[in-house]
Amino acid sequence: MQALDYVSAGRVEEVIGLLASNNGRARILCGGTDLLVQLRENRLSAELLIDVKHIPEFTSIQYDDRTGLWLGAAASCHAICHDPFVVKNYPGLVDAINLIGGVQIQYRASVGGNLCNASPAADSIPALIVHEASCIIVGSNGTREIPVERFCIAPGKNVLLNGECLLAIKVPAVKENFGAHYLRFIPRNEMDIAIAGAGASVALDHAQQRILSARIALGAVAPTPLFVEEAGMFLAGKETGEENIREAARIAQAAARPISDLRGTEAYRKHLCAVLTRRALEKAIERARAS
Amino acid sequence: MNKTVRVQAAINGEEVEFLCEPRQSLLEVLRETLGLTGAKEGCNNGNCGACNVILDGALVNSCLVLAVEINGCHVTTIEGIATAQGLHPLQEKYISHAALQCGFCTPGFIVASKALLDQNPNPSEGEVRQWLAGNLCRCTGYDRIVRAVMDAARPQEENT
Repeated sequence: MQALDYVSAGRVEEVIGLLASNNGRARILCGGTDLLVQLRENRLSAELLIDVKHIPEFTSIQYDDRTGLWLGAAASCHAICHDPFVVKNYPGLVDAINLIGGVQIQYRASVGGNLCNASPAADSIPALIVHEASCIIVGSNGTREIPVERFCIAPGKNVLLNGECLLAIKVPAVKENFGAHYLRFIPRNEMDIAIAGAGASVALDHAQQRILSARIALGAVAPTPLFVEEAGMFLAGKETGEENIREAARIAQAAARPISDLRGTEAYRKHLCAVLTRRALEKAIERARAS
Repeated sequence: MNKTVRVQAAINGEEVEFLCEPRQSLLEVLRETLGLTGAKEGCNNGNCGACNVILDGALVNSCLVLAVEINGCHVTTIEGIATAQGLHPLQEKYISHAALQCGFCTPGFIVASKALLDQNPNPSEGEVRQWLAGNLCRCTGYDRIVRAVMDAARPQEENT
């Protein structure tokens, strides 16, 4: 690996100052499970790594009835998936985050890193999108908040400007009659990258028969995780019946624009989009009814 | 050349202090600087688990941790699993079940197995397989490894 410096920062302001003074030559280190590999393979360069794992705002997992769930960008997958409140109230997020690597990776890797890495196949991102999560971005020009679906702009590229970093991910507060699910398809039983993934969330009416709103997002079938807004709009106001779910799945399938690669063909990925979207919606509805 | 950094940590219960470059992985320092060659370099990118160590109670790939990151931490490597009295029950069971062939992956598997039993003394077969999914073995086909861990779990439970 190229020679570099390391600093374990103690405060958010220190991170922002270091990013500014190093003018694009510093990178944020969370779990390092992607970053260290990319540095070692010379796919990225850095002169300074800023470790943010000892800064509470970057690592905390906190809930507030008004502002919702705060997932510090450096909070590990293991910490999130073993937080009793998150497990109970955000099972659709845990579905996805729990899929990121084996135990060794779970202990180090962060959801913030999964997001910043901006892989089209990242498992956490479709789940965050269907939960209407947003990114809290800090930099020398202040703080800004953008929806997760606007964060990734190309494979491996995100909207962060020089001098900015992701501080946290905010997920709206728990709602009644809301349910979400994420699932993916991989060629092996475990430890693989998705050929396709689908996340869905629904908010039902009090009778739990009609969908008030829904969101669907796909992974690994476009250059970025794909928010299929039109599928959710189709479902809004509709009954939860099978035909509506199938139509939403068809809309999601039509929105997908996958490539063929070593993991799967374009046609196979298209097929999977419909199947996975249907299953994600069915489970989301089941969870909404149980909520 | 970037400066070297002084790091203090407890490795296998022993306080150690070493100098390293920030770019060096924990695996590299364990093997090259501290002479602890039990952790193996397999893939060096987090896929194979041959370099597993326990870092403050967490199972990690030491190839994906920078040595500077362990300042003030406790690390258990494969060298810290056996005691002066003899092998750890897991090690005994890996031998009696012939849960190895070439042995390259074995330190990583034993460290991973220990991390599992430390927090789940009586895992199901499914839990063992899921936990060990981040470790690769190209010789055994895994069945013997899983049987060894299941067998080692029993006496541990009986002892508590």
